[in-house]
Amino acid sequence: MKIIQNIGLLLVILAILIFTAMLGIGYNKMEISDLNLENEDHQTAIIEAAQGEAFFGEELSSIAFISKYKSILKKASNQLNENWSNGPIKGKEEWTYKLQDWQISKYVESSIASTADGPVQRNPLLFLGLTFGLAILGGLLYIIPLFNEHEGIKHNGIYHNPLTRGLKVNVRSLFLFGGFFAILVWGFFKLQNLFWPLVTIAVAGIITALVFVKDKSKGQDPQRSASPIDTGWLGIIAGTYLIGFYILLYWAPSYIQNWIDMVDPVSRMLSGGEASQWFLYGLMYSVIVLVMGIRMFTKYQHNKYQKVRTASVIFFQLAFAFLIPEILVRMNQPWFDFKNIWPLDYDFFYKYNLDNLMSSGGLGVFMLVWGIILIIVGIPLMTYFMGKRWYCSWVCGCGGLAETMGDPFRQLSDKSMRAWKYERYIIHGVLAFAVIMTAMVLIHYFTGRSTLLGMNVENVKSWYGFFIGAGFSGVVGTGFYPLMGNRVWCRFGCPLAAYLGIVQRFQSRFRITTNGGQCISCGNCSTYCEMGIDVRSYAQKGQDIVRSSCVGCGVCSAVCPRGVLRLENGSGDVGTRTEELRTIHISESEVGIL
Amino acid sequence: MKHIVIIGNGISGITTARWVRKLSDHKITVISSETDHFFSRTALMYIYMGHMRYEDTKPYEDWFWDKNRIELKKAHVNFIDFDQKQLQLDDGSSFSYDKLVLALGSKSNKFGWPGQDLNGVGGLYHYQDLEQMEVYSNGLKRAVIVGGGLIGIEMAEMFHSRHIPVTMLVREDSYWSNVLPSEESKMINNHIIKNGIDLRLGVNLGEIKDGGTGTANAVVVKESGEEIPCGYVGLTAGVSPNIGWLIESGLDIGRGIKVNEYLETNIADVYAIGDCAEQQSPQPGRRPIEAIWYTGRIMGETVAYNICGKPVKYNPGLWFNSAKFIDIEYQVYGEVPAKIRDGMTTLFWKHHDNEKSIRINYDTDSRAVLGFNLFGIRYRHEVCEKWILEKTHIEEVLTHLGMANFDPEFYKQYEQNLIDQYNEQTGSSVTLKTKRGLNKVLAFLKS
Repeated sequence: MKIIQNIGLLLVILAILIFTAMLGIGYNKMEISDLNLENEDHQTAIIEAAQGEAFFGEELSSIAFISKYKSILKKASNQLNENWSNGPIKGKEEWTYKLQDWQISKYVESSIASTADGPVQRNPLLFLGLTFGLAILGGLLYIIPLFNEHEGIKHNGIYHNPLTRGLKVNVRSLFLFGGFFAILVWGFFKLQNLFWPLVTIAVAGIITALVFVKDKSKGQDPQRSASPIDTGWLGIIAGTYLIGFYILLYWAPSYIQNWIDMVDPVSRMLSGGEASQWFLYGLMYSVIVLVMGIRMFTKYQHNKYQKVRTASVIFFQLAFAFLIPEILVRMNQPWFDFKNIWPLDYDFFYKYNLDNLMSSGGLGVFMLVWGIILIIVGIPLMTYFMGKRWYCSWVCGCGGLAETMGDPFRQLSDKSMRAWKYERYIIHGVLAFAVIMTAMVLIHYFTGRSTLLGMNVENVKSWYGFFIGAGFSGVVGTGFYPLMGNRVWCRFGCPLAAYLGIVQRFQSRFRITTNGGQCISCGNCSTYCEMGIDVRSYAQKGQDIVRSSCVGCGVCSAVCPRGVLRLENGSGDVGTRTEELRTIHISESEVGIL
Repeated sequence: MKHIVIIGNGISGITTARWVRKLSDHKITVISSETDHFFSRTALMYIYMGHMRYEDTKPYEDWFWDKNRIELKKAHVNFIDFDQKQLQLDDGSSFSYDKLVLALGSKSNKFGWPGQDLNGVGGLYHYQDLEQMEVYSNGLKRAVIVGGGLIGIEMAEMFHSRHIPVTMLVREDSYWSNVLPSEESKMINNHIIKNGIDLRLGVNLGEIKDGGTGTANAVVVKESGEEIPCGYVGLTAGVSPNIGWLIESGLDIGRGIKVNEYLETNIADVYAIGDCAEQQSPQPGRRPIEAIWYTGRIMGETVAYNICGKPVKYNPGLWFNSAKFIDIEYQVYGEVPAKIRDGMTTLFWKHHDNEKSIRINYDTDSRAVLGFNLFGIRYRHEVCEKWILEKTHIEEVLTHLGMANFDPEFYKQYEQNLIDQYNEQTGSSVTLKTKRGLNKVLAFLKS
């Protein structure tokens, strides 16, 4: 059995190696005839600039191709600028004549797909088999034998394992601050905008000041955040790999054309259209949720709540997030994920989306109405009856990945008081940002005003998309699984989770009840709370738990060795049972006077 | 403002400190030589098994103590001068107290076995015991555990989690049969064996053999003379109060430090709580010494009230407890003796998987429920307690038994199976009216 599992593990590693190596194979070859730009000035200038360069008709690696094409475009751009500076050219407009930086990026990106060629393009299915296929096969070989193990908690050795042990607090801080500033610097270069990175730094400074001074966290160094004796080196490798993957996916898709071409046949089969990086991502996401979901079934054979919940996230990912939108596209309808809700789905109210939905007939209008009803009726109602878990750990895609692929890392969430304080400022800050941005978008949509309070709506949108949509939810949200646990985005960043959390905290029947005096303060519940809630601090006081961040995954209840915790919905008596000093055995009335 | 000194930073001592702080402005010092900070002793096994780090076993972050003005001192108390109200510490310093709380905890029992003090022989109580286990685990071929109680099975699970073969020597004919009714005890026997642990029932430790270096290398079974080679011997035959050093001190000492119902010792301003305290007049149904987490917690809270001039008697309430035997959870509420006493009738149902069972004991004449014993199924403390204290009729309890169920959502409920068993056993026709759910429970608890 062990041998089969090890073979499985090897296959997965092999698949990852092949997947990674794929970025270095094949070539891009562009003929002059491939250059069919609408802008004739650009077309001519580019061909001129390429003269004497070994570019057209050459087989270049994707990295060399991109860099060479960029330098040629730059040269062409300079030439056009120079031409124009010699005096306006008759019959031309400056803004169409000149070749702008954003157009350079666009020309490069749009040339990649058509010029890429090599083994992957000739045999996409072979590579699909060698990566996705091998990884799925290996994963299942590793996972299926686990069904033979005894039922029960499977956490042996988690803190002995260099993959799941976590990072010393200073190493983690390095990743955290390094990641934060690197994203800001990258944002500055990418968006050519200094204002928003500076605003972000200022907001981070204000939040830190609030946490340290107003909330008196200075001197309260967190002990329970991280700090194993040794940093898990495999965790660092895994985290770095994931971060790298997301950077390529969001910000440099030109370099991953081989991956995209590999899944192209699948895309054509499903939607009929060619694959994009988002199709690649959706397919990977679904496969991972499915395979790691099966792992959840092996881990929680004894726990029906976990099995039902896992089945639910697999279903919603495969059907709602992946297959239905692709099928909609095949039927010439808009790509639409019926379970994605604003403000997580932050571009729902963007003009292009509203126009797209409203021009797509009855179904499009239904999608628009459905999306709005979910926001204003669906969320409050569902959350009132069963807490935010109905979404966060049963339906949501981010939650689905966190609960499957992220499950081995759930113990790495930061349980310190300081982290909780940061959490409250940051997540509500993101919610406020999303609301303000959407308000601006809608004002712009209805009145045409593109500037509000001195801020340009396009700039606000692009910073939100870059910093929150890509940086926070993707690069940090998933890349940090092995570094800070599987719910970094859900806990600190997701504006929808913030909204659901407010409803859960103030108007919901959901709570985690504690079982009288049975708690032995062992700390399993807190350790395995992916949201970093110090569950034990409530359980040992016999206090029922109502916390806005709780996603109701049910693992605290599962790992409790004394049967203390239960997720429940009930209409009565949340108030007194959540009082902090709800003593279990001595009350003031029992205190006699001698 | 008085100086309250607490010796021991376990659950009892720390609960005292926290409640004294809640109730007063006294100066508080907690002395311990075990660790710098309070940690959950019950979680030691999870550190070894890699489920948690030591840091995770601390219920409070390290800044908590400063913030609440609870001074922590890592030192060993060598001597207490009760007349002068002074403590002498191992670092040579001494300081005085106004009120002293002894929360000294336990030590592992040793019954004079030959070889019991060799290296590679240890119990599981202190943090240092865990460190010892860790030292000897490297390359360990087999561990032998002597004693079949709660700590014994924990230690077996610990070694087992690292794939180290384990032999358990249990004096009784069945696991923990002096506490568990025989059906439940047998169930646990099966579970231990199913997990691949070499369980030897009805045997005693003869001697622990010295490998020649002062380290244990084998155990001899008393009855058969069989020699079991091993690299570590766990002594888990219970614990007793850690009070050896106080025997000549003037404190009234029996098996533990004797205390009255206000947890006062025979010496003024000196209290004893937790594992080391022996109740002079324990409450009905309770033992004089109970080394249990929650009794330590209740004693800590009680003594804090007493210290702060709000006298309250120690009242642990209705007996309850819980444990986990490898993968089988166990909860008990009320009176569940190993052998049914006269005037008591028992209702027992066991799942065919041999890992779940429900037992309800009730009075044969009045048919009032007396106790609940649960294996692999969770029941609500507050509901069971209320039924027992109110002497509820067994049929009333069975009718609403779903209220007690505390298993997670979607778990199969077995209350109907138990009721079928009852109807068959008594010829009654009780039907289950209330299923699992919170609203009915809250209404019931309020009523």
